Amino acid sequence: MIAEIGHFALILALAVAAIQASVPLIGARNGNASWMGLAGPTSAAQMLLVCISFAALMHAYITSDFSVMNVAQNSHTDKPMLYKVAGVWGNHEGSLLLWITILAIFGFAVTLFGRNLPPGLKARALAVQAMITVGFLLFILFTSNPFDRLDPPPFNGQGLNPLLQDPGLAFHPPLLYLGYVGFSMAFSFAIAALIEGRVDAAWARWVRPWTLAAWVFLTCGIALGSWWAYYELGWGGWWYWDPVENASFMPWLAGTALLHSAVVVEKRDALKSWTILLAITAFGLSLLGTFLVRSGVITSVHAFATDPARGVFILGLLVVAIGGSFLLYALRAPSLKIGGLFAPLSREGTLLLNNVLMATGAGTVLLGTLYPLFADALNLGKVSVGPPFFNSVFLPLMVPMVLAMAVGPLMSWKRGDLAGALARLKVAAGLSILVAIATWLLQGGSLGPWWAAGGMALACWLFLGTLTELAERTRLFRVPFEQSVSRLGKLPRSAWGMTLTHAGLAVFIAGMTASSAWKSESVQSQKIGETVTVAGYSFTLKDVQNVQGPNYMASRGTFEVTKDGHGFAVMQPQKRQYKMPPMPTTEAAIETTFLGDVYAVIGDESSDGGYVTRLYYNPLVVWMWFGTAMMVVGGLVSLSDRRHRVGAPSRARVPANSVKA
Amino acid sequence: MTRKKRRLYFVILGLLAVGAAAALVLSALRQDIVFFFSPTEIMEAKVPTEGRRIRLGGLVEQGSVVKEGATVRFKVTDGAHALPVVYEGLLPDLFREGQGVVTEGRMGQGVFVASEVLAKHDENYMPKEVAESLKKSGHWQGEHPEQVQK
Repeated sequence: MIAEIGHFALILALAVAAIQASVPLIGARNGNASWMGLAGPTSAAQMLLVCISFAALMHAYITSDFSVMNVAQNSHTDKPMLYKVAGVWGNHEGSLLLWITILAIFGFAVTLFGRNLPPGLKARALAVQAMITVGFLLFILFTSNPFDRLDPPPFNGQGLNPLLQDPGLAFHPPLLYLGYVGFSMAFSFAIAALIEGRVDAAWARWVRPWTLAAWVFLTCGIALGSWWAYYELGWGGWWYWDPVENASFMPWLAGTALLHSAVVVEKRDALKSWTILLAITAFGLSLLGTFLVRSGVITSVHAFATDPARGVFILGLLVVAIGGSFLLYALRAPSLKIGGLFAPLSREGTLLLNNVLMATGAGTVLLGTLYPLFADALNLGKVSVGPPFFNSVFLPLMVPMVLAMAVGPLMSWKRGDLAGALARLKVAAGLSILVAIATWLLQGGSLGPWWAAGGMALACWLFLGTLTELAERTRLFRVPFEQSVSRLGKLPRSAWGMTLTHAGLAVFIAGMTASSAWKSESVQSQKIGETVTVAGYSFTLKDVQNVQGPNYMASRGTFEVTKDGHGFAVMQPQKRQYKMPPMPTTEAAIETTFLGDVYAVIGDESSDGGYVTRLYYNPLVVWMWFGTAMMVVGGLVSLSDRRHRVGAPSRARVPANSVKA
Repeated sequence: MTRKKRRLYFVILGLLAVGAAAALVLSALRQDIVFFFSPTEIMEAKVPTEGRRIRLGGLVEQGSVVKEGATVRFKVTDGAHALPVVYEGLLPDLFREGQGVVTEGRMGQGVFVASEVLAKHDENYMPKEVAESLKKSGHWQGEHPEQVQK
């Protein structure tokens, strides 16, 4: 019964969304206030209905109602409660419902927080938001209904893929979707602005916090997924340039570019049509990501079994959404008023450089991700494009960007002083060169990879460059110290946000460089009592025991790890065999220190009576997570800036009745 | 600075970035992409495999897996031909006899030396390339072979 209510609520939501997608749009065209006003109540109704539907599915999972096919296929009574709840989105149908729920909540947020918005813009944005909802509701109702019944119901369910039974992965999809769907806000507002034919500072001030929120969620989601891959897959790596990873990384790149160009629109009223294009691209790439993950057109090590018929539907959705918006863009963008002028060497100029490099980077990732499809279609053979391609294409493009990141914030708007900025970065440059030389010497000249020195120097440059900017703002060493401190306290939060985020990226680059360049690894068959030494850590395999978990059996190895003769840790990696579905998983044991992770994996018994073990030392891995956390906190701090909250979008001097298509 | 000049600057910046990217992509496409082959294609010497990094995909032949210490030997088959593979390391959790597999490495003396055996996250998942090469050799048993046997 409850499942039917959920299904019915979804159908009602489709009807409501169809009204929301059309009536306010016509109202905005004709200047009919009551038709435009319909957008608010319909978005509330739509949100309520979709949430009822989501709650119904959640109920079916929590009560293990196996007469619902989706629950029977993806859940089991033995599963811990956390994974019963997370199981709702651990499958195709449920994750789509989650996507739609988040979309509806975001739509309602426009109604809730957008009281100051010009009515025409609000009505149009909500209508566009509803069009996306209609597309996805049609998709879920026609191809992937989560409420399909199963008759007779099975005695128990088939269980959730054990790889997904992990706290990291439980929250990975919702965060990722909050990011993907968050970009729909920028998209809807971009389309609304194109229909309206006007982009101004008020528009950017409204779009920026939503883009920032989406960016924060997406950053969190990607980091969580990467962290999960690091400890759960037992390969010791954290990023594989796999299509599914790229699918989430491309919107992140476009979204990062969008954040920066929206600043230029807000502050300087320039780069307007470029910003609109980025807004469309960021969401378009989110849709493309969903398509790649859900359709299975590309072989991915992260792939799950998929249904090609669904792929065709999403492809259709993708063509309509992206094709339609680009067409609208081509028709309307030339009519946007061109804004403020700036010299190439200015804050705007460096932000533009950031944008161009970010966009080009996203383009190369897109090309590499889709290349196997093109090659197959053109009969060039079956190929895979892996880490070597992306490392040699994407990373070089990011080098000038990171170099410019330290300079940009020191330039003033409109016309900057490059020589002056560089003069202030003398200390940073000198220390970075020292770091490069020190790294080179410490890794024994050419023994380590040559780029390691460059990577560490870049990290140092960005970190010190960011601190230099902070010192400039507080006029450190030029005014009495107390005055600098009081200036520090008065800095706007958005400035803190930038400082934290940029410094976070620097910390991340250091971690990424070190963990890629100086990782030590050893794979062997190890007998009980035998000792293997990796990077100065001696692993002695003490014993291997069988242990019983709630829904799995595991063989658990115990390693005694010592460093320089002193005890370091006792590590207990497991190899688990889940019962339902019957599937083995690897649980790595990781001891994290400030300088690196000690990482142990135990495998099967080998023929000579030992166990296959894989032991790693991954330097500075925790710096990557910490750097990412700084970026997320920076985003949140910036989001809490009062300028984002107080009276944000007001269009003084623009009479309300000037709204026309 | 006039409007035209600014636009010119924008265009030049864009061209520079795209040009650099294109140069990087072209050189990478020549060296860094990996071709996928079936055992038949390799063993009937239809393709140049010497020294190149390639991917080999098919089913793990029943009864072919031999583990000696950390070294694993098995055969990858597409029904028509079976190619011996040697791999040193920990196999992915879902590696099983009779299941689809994709390995990456280089051809040695009649043996494929794999440096990676690719994992899957889902036991019902069959890499698209493997499915197609099985279809080509006529040994395709439906979308999920292991479910058909149940």
